Amino acid sequence: MVDAYRLRSPLAHLGLEARAHEDSELSGTGVVMREIPYRGLINIRGDVKDKNFVDAVQKAVKLSPPVDPNTVSGKPTTTRIMWLGPDEWLVITKPEGAERAMNALWKNLKVDGLHASVTDSTHARTCIEISGPRAREVLQKGCALDLHPSKFAPGQCAQTIVSKVGVMLIHTATARNGDPTYELYALRSFSTYLWTWLEDASQEFGLKVG
Amino acid sequence: MFLITCPFCGEREESEFSYGHEAHIARPENPEKLSDAEWADYLFMRKNTKGVHLERWVHTAGCRRWFNAARNTHTNEILAIYKMGEQPPKEIKAMIEKGKTS
Repeated sequence: MVDAYRLRSPLAHLGLEARAHEDSELSGTGVVMREIPYRGLINIRGDVKDKNFVDAVQKAVKLSPPVDPNTVSGKPTTTRIMWLGPDEWLVITKPEGAERAMNALWKNLKVDGLHASVTDSTHARTCIEISGPRAREVLQKGCALDLHPSKFAPGQCAQTIVSKVGVMLIHTATARNGDPTYELYALRSFSTYLWTWLEDASQEFGLKVG
Repeated sequence: MFLITCPFCGEREESEFSYGHEAHIARPENPEKLSDAEWADYLFMRKNTKGVHLERWVHTAGCRRWFNAARNTHTNEILAIYKMGEQPPKEIKAMIEKGKTS
């Protein structure tokens, strides 16, 4: 892990905080975007049919790896586990919980006879959150996946392509008025491109930085 | 849009996948006992089928898992998807034997 005082988010050079300050009134706009940097991203692999593996993950982060494809377990406000493949998951934590989760997973999965792996990829990606009534239309401009809530409901995720960038996409929630919130986890070297592409694609709907 | 059904993730767009060429080509057990011609046959010689072709695909932008597909190379129709290590469905085998294409 990088020392906290040396951390610099991949989108820091875009001055998003200052823009968020200017755009303080977010209601009535088509799209709201923000960067959520430094979240803990821990890749785990193992056999979900092996009770010891599931128990060890459960013990470490108080959550079971989801068995259903393209789903996320846990709440967006705390720790989540995202399905990446039949034997692969991503544990997403709050920034301050990353180190503890990493240590707990490492300790619990390092058991004789248990075939598993834990890899910290926290600093590999950053999270761009996009929400608002037109957020889906913006994503749909660059993503071939059907994002209609009947096909891609809250709690569902996908590894897919948004405007040529490979992303981990999560539909985190739907507001009461039906407005969706999505999270895109893109590799940090792609994040400036992805942000500026999303910003360009949002122009016609009205974009504010949250 | 050309959709391919990943056996793990479900229906996805073709651009998420990469092609892995002909399937079911086993690496020879003892390469050192092979003649140059036999080794070249294993390395380079492929069927170049017009019709039902058994081939490998990988879901590069998704779960990154490999799987097999039976595809009609003439119409680009995907007739079956099956996992690595599995044999093609019986009806596909029958189609290939009879030289049928759909």
